Amino acid sequence: MTWVSVCPEGEIDPEDVIRFDHGGRTYAVYRSAAGEPFATDGLCTHEKVHLSDGLVMDDTIECPKHNGRFNYRTGAPLRAPVCVALATYPARINDGQIEVDL
Amino acid sequence: MTMTDTPFVPRDYSLTGPENARAVAAGLASAEWYHSDVPRKVMKDLMQRTDGPAIRDTILWLGLLVVSGAGGVLTWGTWWAVPFFLVYGVLYGSACDSRWHECGHGTAFRTPWMNDVVYLIASFMVMRNPVSWRWSHARHHTDTIIVGRDPEIGHMRPPSLGMKALAFVGIPDIWLHFRILLRNAAGIITPDEADYLPESERGKAIFWARVFVAIHLAAVVWALVSWSILPLMLIGGPRIYGTWHMVMTGLLQHGGLAEDVLDHRLNSRTVYMNPISRWIYWNMNYHVEHHMFPMVPYHALPRLHAIIKNDLPVPDPSIPVAYAWMIRALWRQRHEPGYTMTPVLPPTARPFRAELHDHVPAREGVA
Repeated sequence: MTWVSVCPEGEIDPEDVIRFDHGGRTYAVYRSAAGEPFATDGLCTHEKVHLSDGLVMDDTIECPKHNGRFNYRTGAPLRAPVCVALATYPARINDGQIEVDL
Repeated sequence: MTMTDTPFVPRDYSLTGPENARAVAAGLASAEWYHSDVPRKVMKDLMQRTDGPAIRDTILWLGLLVVSGAGGVLTWGTWWAVPFFLVYGVLYGSACDSRWHECGHGTAFRTPWMNDVVYLIASFMVMRNPVSWRWSHARHHTDTIIVGRDPEIGHMRPPSLGMKALAFVGIPDIWLHFRILLRNAAGIITPDEADYLPESERGKAIFWARVFVAIHLAAVVWALVSWSILPLMLIGGPRIYGTWHMVMTGLLQHGGLAEDVLDHRLNSRTVYMNPISRWIYWNMNYHVEHHMFPMVPYHALPRLHAIIKNDLPVPDPSIPVAYAWMIRALWRQRHEPGYTMTPVLPPTARPFRAELHDHVPAREGVA
């Protein structure tokens, strides 16, 4: 288990997402409307599009290119054209920092 | 722009020919595209979904369809039916395309089922398979006007201006689209369709093709039994007599512009239009903006345009002016298929990102 620091908690607005690159890979790190942190792979499973440019609505992240949607809590695909689930990673807030277990 | 004297050999626009592999090798498939800078908070605001504008527009659309259709039926056999069917035809045979398009993107309404219902109705009207065309259009946005990758290239070179003129009365569009529906209804998925349609979706595509074909056949039977073309004036026929507005606006989207580039400012066109055309077209006249940021709903495109217009080519001021430029380019492409018109950027714009695609081999005059 390797907890990696992403950013201060306040750097991500509630119901928003940022891109986080680490170890040669790209991730998407979210905060829910209630402020809880979540993390998934950063690229849509349909085409290689950064989800961090997409819109967070309730528990979903929408791909900014094709409207494919995932539940960012579970990674489940919710709307075509995505069919394959996103990988998710544990995330937490520790001492004001958002951390992701990669 | 460069041109060679090499005799032109038409390119293979299929998705299963050598151009597909060539585009992939050149880094044009699923590539990084140029985007104008928009602050994240502003973009989030632009992408926000709301049901209000699309509910209003859909009630108006369906209401006008019912009123004009009823008027046409009640006055059938008199000249009074003509204006009713002129309106009905455009609402059915042209407005269907923009409703199909925006609801297919899932941006028109906030509520998903509303997008899906209107998408299904509009798909029927426009005679497109609601399943496979969703995937086709996703590819169009991934690989816009990349030859061998984009299944929706409307201007294949060299252009046939005669066929473009016929398109205003639904030819060959209606034939091509209905043939696809018939083929899908027979359970056939072509290799081109298989290139973008996942296996898991093919059963659904076949099901909806059968439903759509059955309804159209029922209209034909109704016309034969009643020995009147009135049923076909209401169902299917508007794709012939009312499709002109869809074609008029649709041809402008990419006509005369570049193939195989990774900057939508080079392959898409924004045109200022009158409010009625913009309502029928659901603001897709802001086409560069739409391709650059496809998740911005139609009702927010004027706002997006105002924010990034200083980084975009100067829009054509009207439909006639846009046509004058486009026809000039298409006319030239008849004999110089490698010719491409390059839009003029304002001094405030960042230059075209040639480095994104300058490694693409010159394609003028080659197969």
